[in-house]
Amino acid sequence: MSESGAAEPEEDAGRRVANEARERVHFEEEALGLADQVYRVARRMVGTREEAEELVQDTYARAFRSWKSFTPGTNMRAWLLRILTNLNTDRGRKIQRTPDQQPLEESDYYLANRLAAVEGEQALEQEQVVERLSQGGVVNALAELPHDFRDVVVLVDLGEFSYADAAQILDVPIGTVMSRLHRGRRILKKTLAEESLT
Amino acid sequence: MTEDPDCEKCEELLQGYLDRDLAAEEVLIAEGHLEDCDYCRRRYRFEAQLRRYIRISASERMPAGLLAKLAQLRGPTADGL
Repeated sequence: MSESGAAEPEEDAGRRVANEARERVHFEEEALGLADQVYRVARRMVGTREEAEELVQDTYARAFRSWKSFTPGTNMRAWLLRILTNLNTDRGRKIQRTPDQQPLEESDYYLANRLAAVEGEQALEQEQVVERLSQGGVVNALAELPHDFRDVVVLVDLGEFSYADAAQILDVPIGTVMSRLHRGRRILKKTLAEESLT
Repeated sequence: MTEDPDCEKCEELLQGYLDRDLAAEEVLIAEGHLEDCDYCRRRYRFEAQLRRYIRISASERMPAGLLAKLAQLRGPTADGL
């Protein structure tokens, strides 16, 4: 190859490398900016803070390795949580293979009815009535949800993802997201009624 | 407890209503009933408060130090960036 012929492609290659590095840095910064939101979801998907930290670190390690598979302009938080839930599922298969029992849920008004029975119907008018349920009780009730239900409730009600995003993250049909979400919330309310109001 | 079929229907629409996931005619059914029914209105309001409360109660900030650990996982920084 002649010297003059080699110079131009080399320059192109140099530019490409620099561009790619810039894109990667941009990706990494955007991802790190979402870390707190990712952690908040992770924390409720696993039992302990240590597990959540580990899961988030594994997620970011994988994300930084495969950053090129992220499509710029799409929802990066959902993309990160897709990695996270996949890792969590793999982990779950290794650690705890508890069979999914299907707890019975009560109707949607159940918790409100139970509160009204204890505190009086008018208490439901007061904003503080929810505080009758302890924050720790809420955390425990979430932790007790079977994981299929919990993942959806955590993504939609804590992570504030749409049904469509949750479906994509969990790789299940949107109808499955809706039914798990609705049933999961009912089970959660039943647990809250049983554990906080007795 | 209620035996009123309108209240039962309203209860059925609760989650979809708060998720803004009802068809227009279902929204009309729910809102029409809520206008006249204190019982259901209290329960809808309670549910909305409960959802907020659950979100606040279950939300736990990222521990100090985690962000630095994540930043260490970044790829090598190219010169001049």
